[in-house]
Amino acid sequence: MVKTHNPPGSAEGRHDDTAGRVYGVARGSARGSSAVPPASAARRRRKPRATAGSGRLAALLVSPTLLVLTIVVLYPTIVALKDSLFGTPGLNPKTGFVNETDPFVGAQNYTDIFGAAGERFWNAFWNTSFLTVTTVGMETVIGVAMALIMNRAFQGRALVRASILVPWAIPTAVTGLLWRWIFNSNGIANALIGQQVLWTTEGFHAKVAVIIADVWKTAPFIGLLVLAGLQVINKEVYEAAKIDGAGAVRQFWSITLPLVKPALMVAVLFRTLDALRMFDLPYILIGAQKESVETLSMLAQDQAANVRFGPAAAYAVILFLYVFLIALAFVRLLGANVVGDDDAAPKRRRRWLPVRRPAEVAA
Amino acid sequence: MKTRTTRALQSSGAAAVALAALAACGAGGGTEAPAGQSASFEGRGPITYAAGKDPSGVVQPTIDRWNKLHPKEKVTFIQLPTDPDAQRQQMIQNAQTKSDAYTVLSLDAVWTSEFAAHRWIDRLPADGFPLQKMLKPIVETGKYRGGLYALPWTSDGGMLYYRTDLLKKAGIDKPPATWVQMKSDCAKVKKLPEAKGMSCYAGQFQKYEGLTVNFAEAVNSAGGVVTDAKGKPHVDSPQAKKGLDFLVGSLKDGTIPKDAVTYQEEDGRRAFQAGKLIFERNWPYMYPLASKKDGSSKIVGKFSAAPLPGLSGPGASSLGGHNVALSASAKNKATAIDFMKFFTSAENQRLTLASAPAAPTYEALYKDPKLVEQYPYLPILKQSILHAVPRPRVFEYGDVTAAIQRETYAAMTGSKSTDQALKDLQKDLQRQPAAD
Repeated sequence: MVKTHNPPGSAEGRHDDTAGRVYGVARGSARGSSAVPPASAARRRRKPRATAGSGRLAALLVSPTLLVLTIVVLYPTIVALKDSLFGTPGLNPKTGFVNETDPFVGAQNYTDIFGAAGERFWNAFWNTSFLTVTTVGMETVIGVAMALIMNRAFQGRALVRASILVPWAIPTAVTGLLWRWIFNSNGIANALIGQQVLWTTEGFHAKVAVIIADVWKTAPFIGLLVLAGLQVINKEVYEAAKIDGAGAVRQFWSITLPLVKPALMVAVLFRTLDALRMFDLPYILIGAQKESVETLSMLAQDQAANVRFGPAAAYAVILFLYVFLIALAFVRLLGANVVGDDDAAPKRRRRWLPVRRPAEVAA
Repeated sequence: MKTRTTRALQSSGAAAVALAALAACGAGGGTEAPAGQSASFEGRGPITYAAGKDPSGVVQPTIDRWNKLHPKEKVTFIQLPTDPDAQRQQMIQNAQTKSDAYTVLSLDAVWTSEFAAHRWIDRLPADGFPLQKMLKPIVETGKYRGGLYALPWTSDGGMLYYRTDLLKKAGIDKPPATWVQMKSDCAKVKKLPEAKGMSCYAGQFQKYEGLTVNFAEAVNSAGGVVTDAKGKPHVDSPQAKKGLDFLVGSLKDGTIPKDAVTYQEEDGRRAFQAGKLIFERNWPYMYPLASKKDGSSKIVGKFSAAPLPGLSGPGASSLGGHNVALSASAKNKATAIDFMKFFTSAENQRLTLASAPAAPTYEALYKDPKLVEQYPYLPILKQSILHAVPRPRVFEYGDVTAAIQRETYAAMTGSKSTDQALKDLQKDLQRQPAAD
């Protein structure tokens, strides 16, 4: 499971660490991308023309990137925001034609979710959250277990590694079709449990089906990232722990988990953001418009498909904000290091390690 | 220094936004079209035909024949995805950007109202086409508020497939015409040793478009209507209740197997072909497949088809099929009209039918001895289509079908009573704007 609370006592140290690191990121990126000369030189203005020129050059050099980002990220986001303020054109009862222009409704698409029509939205919202928490939680546990197995030296390790990754390599749509066969009323799942559960009908079992298929598909992703984290842990640490008399369980909680945490956090963050946008698996496995598994993405798609772009855009914006807040919370509270601050981080991490370790153990 | 860099970055960003905004203006500005009176169709030249993927491979040869005859007005076949929702979405995108990429559109019969109401397709001159030679219910699917907007190309009607061998053995000489007869026939057949473990009846009851089709058929077969000619809903009528009660009651008493609520067309076909069902409601496409002698079907030569049963006499089928329409933003509309005439002609349908099963739209083709020999179900299908009722013709069809699926499914899975489901459905459907 994702740790969602800080134990008392560790909060302060961690807060400092995060703040320092965020600062480090900012500094790092400023230095890395725009190549600003030392600030003191600019202040003294010894060579004002040269610095202005290099600033311009920097702007010129990053402008293609900014232009691409503007076109593919900023522009659609702004248009989505604008669209979310417009309603659906009505039908002119006399001519039988739909009006040509979308009426401006302000924030009504957003306020509607608090009204009677919001029932479907909140259902989708809770489904999204529920599926995210359960799938990511199970994937983390199973993924870490997979990584521990893959990290062991044994015969046929390469084969096990490759086979664990197979589900991850299959496109989600194909996974959906595959599991639909498994969860068919006469499918393997029912043969195994010896009961006829109608998995693809409405009900909690539909959620279970989606969770099983999703965990099957994406636990290897976490496994792979955690494996990369495990492989950089120095074997000497374990040897030292062994000499000190630490058992396997103690080693896992006190050494493996804290040291693999940066990699694990990134994996969990990526999975969480992915799971919040879940669409194709429930759509194909269970079907469209099934209340039990309808996620926010499915709801937005359904609205757009029915030519109601205003509400669709509003739902998409809300989902965007939701995902954004969760990502922010991850970076701030749990210290997921996504950006990867270059030179400053390892030094600081090493310095903090002795202090942080007890906190991690407590957590 | 730093501020200057930032400012430079900001200005380059701002320039890009301005550019993008400009592009948006270019795409968004539209002109108010005249209120859909059938406009003059002008312009000749190359056009396109946009339709879903054609697995039977009959469309391209047809277009090739046209291209040979009209080398200066060539038609290009644009294949859209197999999934109907994806087809519809691409056509809507094409219409919203006022693109001329698609000229002639192949529309599912239930999309006609939506496309017509949004003025994405042009009203067609009704006197320019041989509509009177077509079956009347089929022509209705191409109409919106009395105007012709789409030209029928293929149709589709539901039929009751039944096991001739078992019925004969149980001493029943003809297929059931009513639901009560069907249930009593089932009871007789089930006493036979061969019918051990068989279920009586199934249709398409998964929560998807097929459920709307089956619900509408049940309501129509009980003498009710889902929506009337003006788009007003009437699902709170006693007839509608009798229709839904038939489905829900049959599930409860075991006439319909429990897992049928997960059935789409192919699930039902598999069950029928494996000899698990005595009766099944399905489309004509199943007939040649269930007659295949490659071992996939256990019932070759042991089944036949009949019109759907109803409450107190033959039932009414829903109508499927595809119609061709003319995109409002297209060019070379004179060519398009000629091509549509050619494409939907009786000769063309005869050739199409010879190589792939379909339901033709011309009455004469149902009597064609050669075709009837190839597809013995044609006379029955004609009966089915003559009694057929189009699915609700409302411009927000997506919402209507979603509401029908939601409430019907709730009733069939037992989470709502049929009374409550129909009451809720009526309320949902009344939100739809109806005609005056």
